Amino acid sequence: MMSQIPPEFIVKIDYDTCRRCRRCVMNCSFGCMQFKDRVVPDHKKCVACHRCVTFCPESAISITKNELTYKDSANWLPETRQNILKQAETGGILLTGMGNPRPYQILWDHMLIDACQVTNPSIDPLREPMELRTFLGRKPNRLEFTRDGNDEIELSTELQPQVKLDVPIVFAAMSYGAISLNAHRALAMAAKNSGTLMNTGEGGIHKDLNSYTDNIVVQVASGRFGVTSEYLNSSAMVEIKIGQGAKPGIGGHLPGEKVGEDISKTRMIPVGTDALSPAPHHDIYSIEDLSQLIYAIKEATDYTKPVSVKISAVHNVAAIASGIVRAGADAVTIDGFRGGTGASPMVIRDNVGIPIELALAAVDQRLRDEGIRNNASILCAGSIRNSGDVAKAIALGADAVVIGTAALVAMGCRVCQKCYTGNCAWGIATQKPELVRRLDPQVGAERLSNLVTAWGYELQEILGSLGVNSIESLRGSRERLRGIDLDEQTLKLLGIKPAGIGQ
Amino acid sequence: MVMKIDCKRMYYRKLNSMIRDAVKEGETEFILDNVNGQRYIGNGINKKVSITINGVPGNDLAMFMNGPDLVINANAQDGVANTMNAGEIIIHGSAGDVLGYGMRGGKMYIKGNVGYRTGIHMKQYKKQIPVIIAGGTAGDFFGEYMAGGVLVLLGLDRDENTPIAGNYLGTGMHGGVIYIRGEVEEYTLGKEVSVLDPDAKDEKLLKKHLSEYCKHFGLDLDELLSKPFIKLIPVSSRPYGNMYAY
Repeated sequence: MMSQIPPEFIVKIDYDTCRRCRRCVMNCSFGCMQFKDRVVPDHKKCVACHRCVTFCPESAISITKNELTYKDSANWLPETRQNILKQAETGGILLTGMGNPRPYQILWDHMLIDACQVTNPSIDPLREPMELRTFLGRKPNRLEFTRDGNDEIELSTELQPQVKLDVPIVFAAMSYGAISLNAHRALAMAAKNSGTLMNTGEGGIHKDLNSYTDNIVVQVASGRFGVTSEYLNSSAMVEIKIGQGAKPGIGGHLPGEKVGEDISKTRMIPVGTDALSPAPHHDIYSIEDLSQLIYAIKEATDYTKPVSVKISAVHNVAAIASGIVRAGADAVTIDGFRGGTGASPMVIRDNVGIPIELALAAVDQRLRDEGIRNNASILCAGSIRNSGDVAKAIALGADAVVIGTAALVAMGCRVCQKCYTGNCAWGIATQKPELVRRLDPQVGAERLSNLVTAWGYELQEILGSLGVNSIESLRGSRERLRGIDLDEQTLKLLGIKPAGIGQ
Repeated sequence: MVMKIDCKRMYYRKLNSMIRDAVKEGETEFILDNVNGQRYIGNGINKKVSITINGVPGNDLAMFMNGPDLVINANAQDGVANTMNAGEIIIHGSAGDVLGYGMRGGKMYIKGNVGYRTGIHMKQYKKQIPVIIAGGTAGDFFGEYMAGGVLVLLGLDRDENTPIAGNYLGTGMHGGVIYIRGEVEEYTLGKEVSVLDPDAKDEKLLKKHLSEYCKHFGLDLDELLSKPFIKLIPVSSRPYGNMYAY
């Protein structure tokens, strides 16, 4: 069948400056650039990943949107029509990658942070100590002390296992399979450098990461790929994945083409077989069952590691999170509907779930109301774009934030949303050796660490302007946030006052 | 040395930590008496130890287990051999639901019946091929989502009106093999499986596993093999490969 879908982008080459070095041809992993007597682009194949643009020594390449005019319709947008054409040609579920691109309201951008003026002094973070350190894990209800023989005071309360973070920013769960080994290496190195955590996602752990145990969260998802007692013990924390913001309620599917020798080893399945993760865990049909898995993991790790549970932000998220905490989880990760993915049906990514801002506020409030907030840390995921988002998330009640897309962008990702094709030109979301090689783990790690360092500095600036000297003082302090352009109900749900109102 | 533990009124955490500590110190044989619902026995143990369980152990017996041999002289509950890597489990009774979920290696022999979703998402990897043999009947979703390994269902000791397996047999199956001693109704099959007659290679495999099974439960191999088996395999190793538009 002849395809009727017009190209999404137009690749323009300035032939006056092009010196026919063919670097663009070599760099294009989507087969768009061909060399005849000169470089000839096949516009239909361009995904706007900017690999050619970045590597053209003469800056002779530009990519524009195909301005092909459709008859105007505010209802039948060009992409809506193109999606229908695609499905008419294939009869398949539309797959996509990365987070929700649709213009839903971003509530972070409708919250503003307070600052000190005159009556309470701000703090200068350049010269005064600023504490970003955060501990993840169950905190005791109360602390008890005793005096020993020498009249020294000792803590007698037994503390539960904690994970120390130097900054309240951790890297999101992205599996080896969805992303490359070099990307995993970069994340692990950066996590170690920055005193934070990376997360293996579902797909086991490569032996090259064995020396990063203290900076790794290992995930247990429904497919149980690569999950052994050794794997559980090669971690700082274990996470049970129930849901992902980009695809709540549905499973995962790593196609057999991506299951090469190395992936086969970490997932512990034969080469070339599909890795299907069922939608639910088949041993979890209730909160009681979840509790059983949490304690199975605690038994297997001898109660030495916190166990977290990751869920998508859905309508009933507060009640679900309460159940999770009561089931024995030491941390809850909530992933909002703008969160990213390596592959998801577009209809799910674009239409299912709720915004992380509302979910976070609802969960924090619910746990406080029930008097169990100290029993678990809250990690907030699903499109944290800058340190402003981090500060707002922490003020809304998060203990730490989780960054996936931002981390990938730091490594070179251009958010072209083609992760599911396995052709990532930047060597991130691919398993093709010639592409994986493009990502130098050292360089990737440096870029990631730089991002975390920069956001750390910015957080310190924000804390200073708020007149507090530790992130702990901002945590859950919604009084330091104000809403703009938000309706009364949303303000109420977020638990913040509208801008213009004082204390 | 054999370590004997009286589990009467003992909380599972205490029992399992006693076992873990003793394994660390080199103990290789355990006899647990008066077991009554304690969960996670054998969980995550990485050594080739043997544990005899007298009484009914609780859920998630042998979860994440990697090596030990377990003998259960009673029935077992749900989730036995969950995400298990290696070892052997002999159950002298019946067992509950979701047995061998994501099991990647080792063996589980059950004398009696098994519940729902036995062998769900069982896998195999290189030389690790998990085997579950159940002597009686199975509930619905036997071998659901199966990606590897061997499931055998014998249907012994049942009256004529009791079907050997429930509905949705092998639903979502995309790897591995199921052998059933007897016939199943067409309507009980998942749409992802096809029914074949075992060939010589299958018979050899069955004989190997069943002779071991017979040894444990004092059964007669020839009698077991006297009735024909059927073989269920997936129609496709990629049942959901064509559902997507790229």
